Amino acid sequence: MNANRRILPGLRTGFLYLLLFAFLTPFLLIIMNSFKTTQQFFESPLSLPTTINFKNYASAFDNMDFMQGFMNSLIITGISVTIIIIFSAMTGYLFVRYKWKVNSIFFFLMLASMALPFQVLMIPMVMLYGNMGLLNTKLTLLFMYLGFGVPFGVFTFHGFIKGIPYELEESAFIEGSTTLRTFFSIVLPLLKPVFVTLLVLDVLWIWNDYLLPSLVLLSPDQKTLPLSTYTFFSSYSVDYAPLMAGLIMTIIPVLIIYLFLQKQIIKGITEGALK
Amino acid sequence: MNKKLSLKNAGTFLVFGGPSIFAFAAVVIIPFIVGLYLTFTNWDVRTGDSSLIGFTNYLEVFRDKVFLQQLWFTLKYVFFTVVIANVFAFFIALALTRGGRGEQWLRTGFFTPNLVGGIVLGYLWQTLFSQVLPYLGAKYGWELFQTSWLTNTGTAFWALIIATAWQLVGYLMIIYIAGFTGVPNDVLEAANIDGAGRTSVIRRIILPLTVPAIVICIFISLSRSFLTYDINLALTKGGPFNSTELATYHIVQKAFLSNQYGVGQAEAVVLFAVVAIIALTQSYLLKKLEVES
Repeated sequence: MNANRRILPGLRTGFLYLLLFAFLTPFLLIIMNSFKTTQQFFESPLSLPTTINFKNYASAFDNMDFMQGFMNSLIITGISVTIIIIFSAMTGYLFVRYKWKVNSIFFFLMLASMALPFQVLMIPMVMLYGNMGLLNTKLTLLFMYLGFGVPFGVFTFHGFIKGIPYELEESAFIEGSTTLRTFFSIVLPLLKPVFVTLLVLDVLWIWNDYLLPSLVLLSPDQKTLPLSTYTFFSSYSVDYAPLMAGLIMTIIPVLIIYLFLQKQIIKGITEGALK
Repeated sequence: MNKKLSLKNAGTFLVFGGPSIFAFAAVVIIPFIVGLYLTFTNWDVRTGDSSLIGFTNYLEVFRDKVFLQQLWFTLKYVFFTVVIANVFAFFIALALTRGGRGEQWLRTGFFTPNLVGGIVLGYLWQTLFSQVLPYLGAKYGWELFQTSWLTNTGTAFWALIIATAWQLVGYLMIIYIAGFTGVPNDVLEAANIDGAGRTSVIRRIILPLTVPAIVICIFISLSRSFLTYDINLALTKGGPFNSTELATYHIVQKAFLSNQYGVGQAEAVVLFAVVAIIALTQSYLLKKLEVES
């Protein structure tokens, strides 16, 4: 019995690691083969690479304009996520502390809109912004991400701010602090846990988004990483070795962040999903 | 705090709500209204002409055999994706909520496909299905893998499901784990003392007590798979012979490549209605099974 108790969990953990290994095989195969030549990959995709050379990586780096895609993705994700978080926090605060009719109408509309799939909005949106000549700039894309990101952001902050006692702000008001100053110096620092949740969810969403940028950003120099990956695959479709190196390179930035922040990321996903 | 909104505090409203409400209205509310209007017109992109034509676009949606076929294809795809992803996620989560060693690492590992966007994920599987599996088929004589799965309608369908489910599993697992942690320990201990077996504990205790998590997971997997676009684009490009075009893919093609904005938008509205009806029905039915611990 005692021996059983010690061996069984060990066996189970071993089995789970084996399962995980099988589950991650697609990644491993791509990594392994990204170091071979295309010819070697066709001949034996399962064997380990004999040499580790970064030729494919260098070639993918140049041919998919990795740096440009990376910078565009970085700028777009960085700015969108920042403005989504700041403005939703402010609006969430407004909706909790001021019970005006307009506020409850907009709060309701935002809640309802979360059930609305992007597909219902994309055609009229492209039509309207196209007519106004606003497509093909990063600024429009940032504005759109703000609009799409705000409902969930406001909803999440709203739930959290409701739990913050009003007394803290009241004493600041008595001492003559303005609403804006009170918000930034007293309320905002308390919202840290929500920041992390939103940061995680919004970064994963915007960094990996393909459909919206593909509709808005039309010129090659505006391309984000998913768009460059698409073009790269469409034009290099038979030369698999650099293509696989390109895939690994686009995965690496998120992977690095994940390894550092995995606890917060898992927590962010849990909280985001259960809200 | 219950003061009315007036000129004096309109500034607060504008500063705190202005940017987000403006963006929200410009990107969600106005396009939504314009979109509904669009479905009743025959708007032409090139000439800019448009006139009201009633329900003609909707009739066209239901007369369009290709769209109906693709909608049916989408329904089948969603069904299998949701079932497969949820069953795997449920059992992996179950195995990873016992407080054993290395659980944190295992969770981290199973979640990794979610870091990867649909385009990259689609190409990754495309490489495997079109090159690695046929290699195995040729080497070991496995008939199933002799030809690339992506060149045959039936197998391309499963390739699409495997790639989507692979990504979804980790995400759903996280939610199931949160659900299982909510099952009170004393209930489980009581069941143990009463000599309940593993299967009956799962069936009689864990399942009913995690209904909320199941509802959320099915809801998320339903809406995510109904709207799949980039995996479809990268993995099969709708091929062979347009046989694996999911609904969203079809709508994008219709609107932006054939310039039929009105019909495309009507199709999007129909798709939205289908998703909403199915999602609401499932949560209503499952909620009925919910119990208190």
